[in-house]
Amino acid sequence: MNRMLRDIYNTLLEFVRTFGAFQLFFLKLVKHSPAILATRFDLVVKQVYNAGALSLVIIMICGLFVGGVLGLQGYSNLARFNAEDSIGVFAAFGLTKELGPVITALLFAGRAGTSLASEIGLMKATDQLSAMEMMAVNPVRRVLVPRFLGGVIAMPLLAAVFSAVGLFGTHLVAVELLNVDVGAFWQQMQNTVDIEDINEGILKSVVFGVTASHIAVWEGYNAIPTAEGVGRATTRTVVITAIAVLVFDFMITAAMI
Amino acid sequence: MDETSENLIEIHDLKYSRGPRPIFEGMNLTIKRGEITALMGPSGTGKTTLLRLITRQLIPQHGVIYVNGVDISTLNIRKLYEMRQQFGMLFQNGALLTDISVFENVAFPLREHTKLTNRLIRHVVLTKLHAVGLRGAADMMPAQLSGGMARRVALARAMVMDPEILIYDEPFVGLDPISMGVIVRLVRRMNDALGITSIIVSHDVAEVSTVADRSFLISEGRVAASGSPDELRTAKSELVRQFMHGMADGPVAFHFQAPGYEEQLLGRDSE
Repeated sequence: MNRMLRDIYNTLLEFVRTFGAFQLFFLKLVKHSPAILATRFDLVVKQVYNAGALSLVIIMICGLFVGGVLGLQGYSNLARFNAEDSIGVFAAFGLTKELGPVITALLFAGRAGTSLASEIGLMKATDQLSAMEMMAVNPVRRVLVPRFLGGVIAMPLLAAVFSAVGLFGTHLVAVELLNVDVGAFWQQMQNTVDIEDINEGILKSVVFGVTASHIAVWEGYNAIPTAEGVGRATTRTVVITAIAVLVFDFMITAAMI
Repeated sequence: MDETSENLIEIHDLKYSRGPRPIFEGMNLTIKRGEITALMGPSGTGKTTLLRLITRQLIPQHGVIYVNGVDISTLNIRKLYEMRQQFGMLFQNGALLTDISVFENVAFPLREHTKLTNRLIRHVVLTKLHAVGLRGAADMMPAQLSGGMARRVALARAMVMDPEILIYDEPFVGLDPISMGVIVRLVRRMNDALGITSIIVSHDVAEVSTVADRSFLISEGRVAASGSPDELRTAKSELVRQFMHGMADGPVAFHFQAPGYEEQLLGRDSE
């Protein structure tokens, strides 16, 4: 019994310690961010390309199909109440406020987050970060902060692309395939969706971008420098980001309703 | 000890453990300015750990390490980075940055720490690459290089800032005889021509003996013997003789601690 209590105590202590270090690491990233944005914006642009532009295809394909599914589901359910003309509103709310930011964040964790974590983990395992330290270059500033900022900037842009392509997918299914009136589709959407709804989506995508990028660089930087350690860090990046994104989504939605 | 002292690095009563396992137990060691010093010893004696302690990638649990008269464990980050600009380090695996070319790897410290024009950086980088025989590989990516070539590029990068101290972690591993000869001559020439201090960690007794002014043999957390390569080669100590002449029998056991061979094969050890 005593041993079990001691194990629980040690696990809790380790969790609190790790969580504290995780938050301090975030402050370190934030502290160095203005200087990097001001002096080494070229590094940030490169990372926006890596995290954002290279994720575009997967984001657009997924957005198109999610939009298509919304069109099918929306039509079949709204038609029961003779409200199929409102399908544009239904899709716009769903995509901008929920599906756009959330699914983009999950895809971002799977594509860009794993890439960040494994790249940084491998840099650590092959002594590249130590070599930078020895060249009097701070790896947090030179490697981690640009990657973190790249993710933070890329995520809202990807979420916007996801929502836009998603709406196009809904349009294709609802208007072109199921013959919903094109005027009603866009007009009702325009009349009903407010700037606050868009802002909620933007806020979520920024929070998710910070969360996903922070977790990815943390996991990579703290990976055990072996093949197994880097693999584990990559898996943890996806799992922890997915949980964190869904928890934050609930909290933000609850706060904004 | 000050900046003009004959001793560039002094280590006093160094103690360092990794978990419950002690690596150093009261080590004392002095590295003289302008010399090539070799740190040798059986595998697992902590030679690379000692390099990391000297460069403060690790912090000792006890004892003091003076570099150029300064206790490096007391330096703040800014001062530490200033001091590290006097170091050049060649890592065991080269540790080249894999997302940039050979040229950019060598130019990296110059771009980070100086305001030299691109034209001047190009001149300096090509000079250093020429010195290691890889000027023609400037546009290649690290993944396209062999292990030996990567090590030579890393050497060019280590000396691009003209450091005061050059540290080599196993520089001869995996090199063909031609490259090894080139590196050995390069280490000697740079040391003599530029007046720098070199520290080499290596198992390669034959190559190290041709280039080192002084060698330290490290075993069981302490300096077991020190002196010129000739002095170590003719030393009476059993440990030194075993290591210098590569003998299987001696104070350093070849086999890791294990139950009796016969008992283990017959499965009696688990009974």
